[in-house]
Amino acid sequence: MTEKGLWVMKHIAIGILGVAALGFMASAASAGTLDTVKQKGFIQCGVSTGLAGFSAPDDKGEWKGIDADFCRAVAAAVFGDGSKVKFTPLSAKERFTALQSGEIDILSRNTTWTSNRDSALGLDFVGITYYDGQGFMINAKKLPGVNSALQLSGAAVCVQSGTTTELNLADYFKKNKMEYNPVVFEKLEEVNAAYDAGRCDAYTTDQSGLYGIRLTLSSPADHVVLPEIISKEPLGPAVRQGDDQWAHIARWTYFALLNAEEAGITQANVDEMKTSADPNIQRILGTEPDGKYGADLGLSNDWVVNIIKAVGNYGEMFERNVGSGSPLKIARGINALWTKGGLQYGPPIR
Amino acid sequence: MASQEILREEPSRGSFINDPRIRSLFFQTLVVILLFSSIWWIVHNVIENLQRLHIASGFGFLRSRAGFDISDTPIAYTSDSTYFRALVVGLLNTIIVAVAGIVLATIVGFTIGIGRLSRNWLIRKICTVYVEIFRNIPPLLVIFFWYSGVLAVLPPPRESIHLPFGSFLNQRGFYLPRAVWGDGSWLIGVALLLAIAMAWFVAHRARQRQKATGQQFPVFWTSVALIVGLPVLAFLLGGMPLTFDFPKQSTFNLTGGFWIKPEFLSLLLALSFYTAAFIAEIVRAGIRGVSKGQTEAAAALGLRSGPILRLVVIPQAMRIVIPPLTSQYLNLTKNSSLAIAIGYPDLTATAGTVLNQTGQAVEGVFIMMIAYLVLSLVTSFVMNIVNARMALVER
Repeated sequence: MTEKGLWVMKHIAIGILGVAALGFMASAASAGTLDTVKQKGFIQCGVSTGLAGFSAPDDKGEWKGIDADFCRAVAAAVFGDGSKVKFTPLSAKERFTALQSGEIDILSRNTTWTSNRDSALGLDFVGITYYDGQGFMINAKKLPGVNSALQLSGAAVCVQSGTTTELNLADYFKKNKMEYNPVVFEKLEEVNAAYDAGRCDAYTTDQSGLYGIRLTLSSPADHVVLPEIISKEPLGPAVRQGDDQWAHIARWTYFALLNAEEAGITQANVDEMKTSADPNIQRILGTEPDGKYGADLGLSNDWVVNIIKAVGNYGEMFERNVGSGSPLKIARGINALWTKGGLQYGPPIR
Repeated sequence: MASQEILREEPSRGSFINDPRIRSLFFQTLVVILLFSSIWWIVHNVIENLQRLHIASGFGFLRSRAGFDISDTPIAYTSDSTYFRALVVGLLNTIIVAVAGIVLATIVGFTIGIGRLSRNWLIRKICTVYVEIFRNIPPLLVIFFWYSGVLAVLPPPRESIHLPFGSFLNQRGFYLPRAVWGDGSWLIGVALLLAIAMAWFVAHRARQRQKATGQQFPVFWTSVALIVGLPVLAFLLGGMPLTFDFPKQSTFNLTGGFWIKPEFLSLLLALSFYTAAFIAEIVRAGIRGVSKGQTEAAAALGLRSGPILRLVVIPQAMRIVIPPLTSQYLNLTKNSSLAIAIGYPDLTATAGTVLNQTGQAVEGVFIMMIAYLVLSLVTSFVMNIVNARMALVER
């Protein structure tokens, strides 16, 4: 081939490459999550594969729990209808990829808020729907005399992989100069089954989770949760980073739940509250003349009314799913409102 | 119709477009360009999307502290080790279970395969039933069968089954006494190496002598005597420098001794029993593939049935057996990633945890793919060498 021929070939090649590249280039800029969600008509919500009190299907196949209800609250805020949610059960390992890839719109799956997850994983946590801490559960019948986590040296400990729990466990035993055999599974059901079968001496996860899991064991009464809490586990929903509007909607849905509880607005009295003369309640429920707090978020002005009608306020959600109205019977503790000595504090809607 | 065909022009050979060489060059260039531009596009797209989604990328995370523990660590590893070391631990666990599985599957597979050709009705039928059962169940179910069906129903650690020689079996695994070699035990190793070298030399000389004189020499029994006898002699001379560390009951588990965990055991048994069913069929096909005339010809030369099998049938059967056997070895290695279902920390499980703790899915999956690719290529390479040595040599 002549030199000129070579030159031509080279440029043709570059040209083809360029065209191919242009043709393949998918448009990276996508529409906001709110528009996408409105277009498809429902919210795709990532939940756990079954953790009582947080997200677990009941005998009718309906998802129950705080985390599931939070997604319903967001759906109510967006569509005025809490049932416009589709649930995707995810293992601990699958959850972040599912959110990153756009498979789900919101991750509401008892997930611990950490700096690394907030900054390096492309997620934005919107709040702390449940303040938790990691604990241990043992079979008191098989291990009489063990009443502290500090007596667990040499034990086999069941834990779910890819969780902060797994890391806290390693830190706790290292700090206290104790040995242990980790027995690690990917799926919650596998961990539960292995613990129930006696493969491990202790089970570790968030304390709320331990109470929920205890109910599913073959003889719940034999198992006790040890008193030690070895970590801070602020659990909350997360959305994809970089979509501020969607993050605001999720965050303010959570704050609205708290504000409603603080103002005494419940599922039962929300309609009569609409006629209230209290300016604070008027602002929350969107009945204030000229108020447009809902519209500013890209929602309707009665968004909080819809949320409360769908799931009740935060307190109702808590009692129904994990508190006195549930088999778990967990006390509000630090999850009480700030006015009652807890940590739950909703910035004002105004 | 016919007139139309006549009207069609003959392709002119002189034309640039119809030159087969230029044509093939053109299409090959096109394919290469398309291939590389799509790879380039994928890489570019991934990088751009990761940046857009604010997801960290790159392999820098490999040097950070892992922070989690692993249950089986063939090399020193703690939660203070790096992610890279965690991945190496996972890879080693995969290699261990794959190699052990290949050895066990080959032994079981050959036994069953030869058993299917047995003249004994019962043996033949038992082997057939084995093959039909294991070949037709998905490997994941076989793993669950061993893990949940067999090992999980064993008694808890405080009621362990006592086995001979101070070993124990319970639902936490299989505990064996661990040999602790004392001073002077290096002599035994030296004796073993020496014995192997001598056995090889004896075999070599015996072959030469048989070629020259036709006289045979009991090579097998001499080798056994050498390989067993010399180390035993060294052991006695060295003042028996061996003690055993027996497993003992402690608060939670048995401690000390050599501990085989149920996750490893069930994975190993499941993989090898599953693959053995396929190997059995390959072996049977290989032996049946050697024509009967070969056996008859060997018998006509006066060989007895043992040497016929060893010298005539098996060498020819191996040529048929080895290529599909390689595929089975590769399958076994890749199936070992099912370990994740029962919590054996193989490469997939460990890399999955690393992926989750760092959130770097693309890099994690890439490392996994490369590691399995390399493992498979190495297996194929080794088996190709074996195959080349077994292949028909024209004389």
